[in-house]
Amino acid sequence: MESRYMGLAYLAPYIIGLLVFTMIPFLGSLYLSFTDYNLINAPVWSGWANFSDLTTDRTFKRSLNVTLLYVFLTVPFKLAFALLIAVILNYKLRAIGFFRTAYYVPSILGGSIAVAVLWRYIFADAGLVNLVLTSLGMDAVNWFGDPVNALFTITLLRTWQFGSAMVIFLAALQAVDKSLYEAASIEGAGKWASFYHITLPLITPVIFFNLIMQMVQAFQEFNGPYVITGGGPLKSTYLLPLYIYDEAFKNFNMGYASAIAWVLFIIIMVLTVAAFWSSKKWVYYAGDKRS
Amino acid sequence: MSNVNTHPPLSAVTPSKAIALTQEDRRAEQIQTFVRYTLLTVVGFIMLYPLLWLVGASFKTNAEIFGSIGFIPQEPTLDGYRKGWETSTPYTFGRFFWNTFLIILPKTIFTAISCAVVAYGFARFEFPGKKILFASLIATLLLPNVVTRIPQYILFREMGWLDTYLPLWVPSAFAGDAFFVFMLVQFLRAIPRDMEEAARVDGANSFQTLIYIVVPMLLPALISVMLFQFMWTMNDFLGPLIYLSSVESFPVSLALKLSIDTTEAFDWNRILAMSVLALLPALIVFFIAQRYFIEGISAGGVKG
Repeated sequence: MESRYMGLAYLAPYIIGLLVFTMIPFLGSLYLSFTDYNLINAPVWSGWANFSDLTTDRTFKRSLNVTLLYVFLTVPFKLAFALLIAVILNYKLRAIGFFRTAYYVPSILGGSIAVAVLWRYIFADAGLVNLVLTSLGMDAVNWFGDPVNALFTITLLRTWQFGSAMVIFLAALQAVDKSLYEAASIEGAGKWASFYHITLPLITPVIFFNLIMQMVQAFQEFNGPYVITGGGPLKSTYLLPLYIYDEAFKNFNMGYASAIAWVLFIIIMVLTVAAFWSSKKWVYYAGDKRS
Repeated sequence: MSNVNTHPPLSAVTPSKAIALTQEDRRAEQIQTFVRYTLLTVVGFIMLYPLLWLVGASFKTNAEIFGSIGFIPQEPTLDGYRKGWETSTPYTFGRFFWNTFLIILPKTIFTAISCAVVAYGFARFEFPGKKILFASLIATLLLPNVVTRIPQYILFREMGWLDTYLPLWVPSAFAGDAFFVFMLVQFLRAIPRDMEEAARVDGANSFQTLIYIVVPMLLPALISVMLFQFMWTMNDFLGPLIYLSSVESFPVSLALKLSIDTTEAFDWNRILAMSVLALLPALIVFFIAQRYFIEGISAGGVKG
């Protein structure tokens, strides 16, 4: 007979990893955020100095604003698009597999640096996007020279990758009991009404899941601005992860960088907790608990 | 879109009127289907055209890359590929692809083994502290990496692992991607235990049961895990950027960024050609094993 601790033996790799690569670094970064540490001398305790420096740091302020703007622009945009396409695909279309694949491809490739490189080219002054715009009789846009446009190119890149959120939506839509629609239609409900009163409530758990995942991810966006815009122009795409990277790995201000990381972490946590808290009001859980 | 709204209760219409309505409905239905297909096709085309353009542009001359919307090159050339492959470093892209492979292979194998073992522990055993450990798994899932990255870097630096692949490999041997563990636990919970119980009755210990019964059943999910790990590692940029400093050990992602920084300002086709090559492995793997991606993502929900 095996001991009741046998399960723990199987978990050993996880427990070690959790301690060494997650818990200790997590607490370590909290500690570092209260120190000055340049990798050469031992960390020196500096109390709240890093955090009070942040309140007067104009780069930080700018970076924080840009990050919030980016997240609040990208996440709704991407989720709305993913849901829209999923809803269209959910009708009995013949080529559903084909379209699903076509829309999913950018998600698979989107994280690659090669795609960020491609973005630099197609949004260049004489790039593909401007050529299309001028051929349609519109004015060419200075994508990378203008602060708002530059950030928008990164939003577009991530929206372009809506495929994985769409596949999750689609799976949820296909799981909706079809008899509910028939019942609603007999009751005289129109398509919009049944979408609003049946479909939407039933897929709220998945909307919630996608919202949290996309938000946590968007707050950590690095590759896009690092490769496409380098954080410019005028730091308009200088998201907080870029600032953390520069402070930590270019200037070796490990303490200050950790303080920024913690501010970012707390923002993400507060929004996640707020989402969980509000979910009681809008997320619908059917009788069986979805795990 | 609102034609269904006009359905009166069936009893209220005469038969002939009902037929007329159905015909009208069918017509509206056809128009809607047409609109849907058109919309899907147009949006899909707009989405995929940049990739098509990329492939075409990689065969263009540098003079032709900017200024044409079409993707078919006027004077097709392999210059981009030939010169891009050579790079401005002492190494060719062959070296960088090999390095990528060296990072991916151990990482994928370590991930599959460690996550399978840990998921087995979670899904099939009761033990003290299980609840809190499972909660920690969910917490790790939501924990932004940005907050642990700096101390991890310091840790690996203390161990003398900078500029080696160890920081990229080792965490995956300890079930470092909570997401995969979670996905496998969900998968295992859905599998009935009959076979395992039968094996136990026949005298197999839990480890033998894992190897001979559970792993074969878990195989489709494990393939999904390995494929996702392959993609993520292929695309990973920040990890190598932080830990690797010698060009000779750069993976493709870093080499590509390096080539943007070092290539002469007008040699666009080299960079585009190497971008195509960088995307190729992920594309090929995706098309071969699509099923596993879609299933994996629908079952567990994946970031991306």
